Amino acid sequence: MEHMPKAPKPLVTLLGKAVREATKLRGGGSAFPGLFVESIDKDFISSCLSPLPYGVVLISGTNGKTTTTKMVVELLEGQGLKVFTNRTGSNFTRGVAAALLGAIDMKGNLAADIAVLELDEAHAVKFVQAVRPRYSLLLNVMRDQLDRFGEIDTTARLLRSVAEQTSDIVVINREDPRLLQLGESLDESSIRYFGLDKSLRSKFPSDDDMRGSGASRAKLPKAVSVLEELDGHKAVVSLGNKKLTLELKLEGIYNVFNAVAAISLVSSVLGDKADKDKLVSTLESITPAFGRGEKLLVDGQPLELVLVKNPGGFRLGLESFDPTGYATMIAINDNYADGRDMSWLWDVQFESLKPGISHVTGVRAYDMALRLQYDEVEVGSVETDIPKALKDFIKTNKSMPKRIYCSYTSMLALRRELSKITDVETVS
Amino acid sequence: MKPVLNILHLYPRDMNIYGDWGNVLTVMRRAQWHGYEPVLLEYNPGDAFPEHVDIIIGGGGQDAGQDKIQADLLKMKPRLLELAQYDTPMLVICGLYQLFGNFFRTKDGHEITGIGLFNIETHGGPERMIGNIVIDSPEFGQVIGYENHSGQTFLKEGLQPLGKVIKGAGNNGQDEFEGARVHNVIGSYLHGSLLPKNPAIADWLIEKAATKKYGDFTPTVIDDRFASEARKIALTRPR
Repeated sequence: MEHMPKAPKPLVTLLGKAVREATKLRGGGSAFPGLFVESIDKDFISSCLSPLPYGVVLISGTNGKTTTTKMVVELLEGQGLKVFTNRTGSNFTRGVAAALLGAIDMKGNLAADIAVLELDEAHAVKFVQAVRPRYSLLLNVMRDQLDRFGEIDTTARLLRSVAEQTSDIVVINREDPRLLQLGESLDESSIRYFGLDKSLRSKFPSDDDMRGSGASRAKLPKAVSVLEELDGHKAVVSLGNKKLTLELKLEGIYNVFNAVAAISLVSSVLGDKADKDKLVSTLESITPAFGRGEKLLVDGQPLELVLVKNPGGFRLGLESFDPTGYATMIAINDNYADGRDMSWLWDVQFESLKPGISHVTGVRAYDMALRLQYDEVEVGSVETDIPKALKDFIKTNKSMPKRIYCSYTSMLALRRELSKITDVETVS
Repeated sequence: MKPVLNILHLYPRDMNIYGDWGNVLTVMRRAQWHGYEPVLLEYNPGDAFPEHVDIIIGGGGQDAGQDKIQADLLKMKPRLLELAQYDTPMLVICGLYQLFGNFFRTKDGHEITGIGLFNIETHGGPERMIGNIVIDSPEFGQVIGYENHSGQTFLKEGLQPLGKVIKGAGNNGQDEFEGARVHNVIGSYLHGSLLPKNPAIADWLIEKAATKKYGDFTPTVIDDRFASEARKIALTRPR
């Protein structure tokens, strides 16, 4: 038996909260208070989280973490649970500690039933050493910022360690060959899969299909939930032996597949207690996370932001959104958070944007323009300065709906500019 | 009928990690723009090696990918050496650059034998050399790319490098050399992808192939404005 769970020491809570307030007044970074409490009390996170009746849920993988986490939180809240989450997208351990400081009371108690945390692969491994999650959800392993992680197989090993540290149930995307291999090597009773009907598989190439290997498995393990059909916003999803017909607000197949991941996880957490009708109504009302197919209104026309961080995500984005009738811009930066290496643009096929797009922008706008040149996609204008390009993009396409594919830091820059001219949800 | 150039992508299934498709695509398109009909051939382990090959391009892989192709590569060794001997232009990046050498010895002493087309040795290093890189090549001028490798490669007995490192690590982070050159074969750690931002190398491969097959090569003027702007910006970016 483990020791009785206990809240963190009162002094740590008090000091941590004080630092948090002080940092806020100075307008400092959101993670610093987390770093501070971690340094004075190594067990801070685990002592806050261990009393939770439903334990901790960890969500990791290359693509879709933020959107899926948002969905899982909303689905659980829809079932009447009080959920703690690291919503700020500061997805590393000190970000979790910082979020906890804001959520606990002065006695150090966290008033929640369950914690749902999004962590990138490298931080997830560190996190599970401090706190064993009861559930984990592994979405996919794709080439992403190899300048940071080195190899996809390395990333897969990180996720293996997360799975091994999970005490109850690991929910896995069976369509991802590396994750499937991982799932099949673990104790069967602790694994749940989600997946796709074979008619939809070609729309979700895995990393191994990047250059046409496509050696698809004849027989995949049975899944808790499968995306059976998709027609625009209408989806048929099987859950256990039920078929749910959904009318979704989500844009793009990749977001719908994330919804299948979310519902698989939530039904694994709740088991028979899940209210299926309520799951359906919540799912139908969910909107994408910021920058992930988020829709804004500019001059009476919709403007969509589609975050693209790696070739897999970019390809799914292009597959999901029909460019007809839209003015398109692509914004590519190469800051640390975007990945410094531009090679990834060459793993995406852009022919679907023919005959051409309106603008390219970002520090690496010319790399993007060059990429499009080799797929014979015309580019109207190349402008490395994002605010200038955005202004011009809006002006030259006044009467058209607009879509911007953007790398992470260019998305932040675009939202900053857009917030000056329209309503943009603030994410603290 | 336009004159055909057969472009072979070597091990596309297992060796494709850093945008290596960008190199193949660039050669295909530029060949087309120069008035040829490029034909893409793919060779994966166990396939029949195509009879007529004019340009060979290969890339880097995961460690697992390199293991998968190694046995097959050794089987193809006589064919590849013969093609190189007869001046077939080739470009091999990262993993295949290493395996076109004598051997790769991993950190734990495990030795992977290469085909020895380049007289080079590669040793697994303690840390990855990652970042933007610029080299100066006697044949191609300034070559710009991105490197990401832990293998340290050393040129043996007078083998020419592709160039000298201006910024970055290069073959091993010690002797300032980057890449290797023999016959019409180029080996290098540079991706990014290499050829789109260094069209001079792409055109050189096409010129060598066309001259060998048809006796001459008349280039067309290609609008390389985006490439030259992208190069300028890449030069200003942090490592």
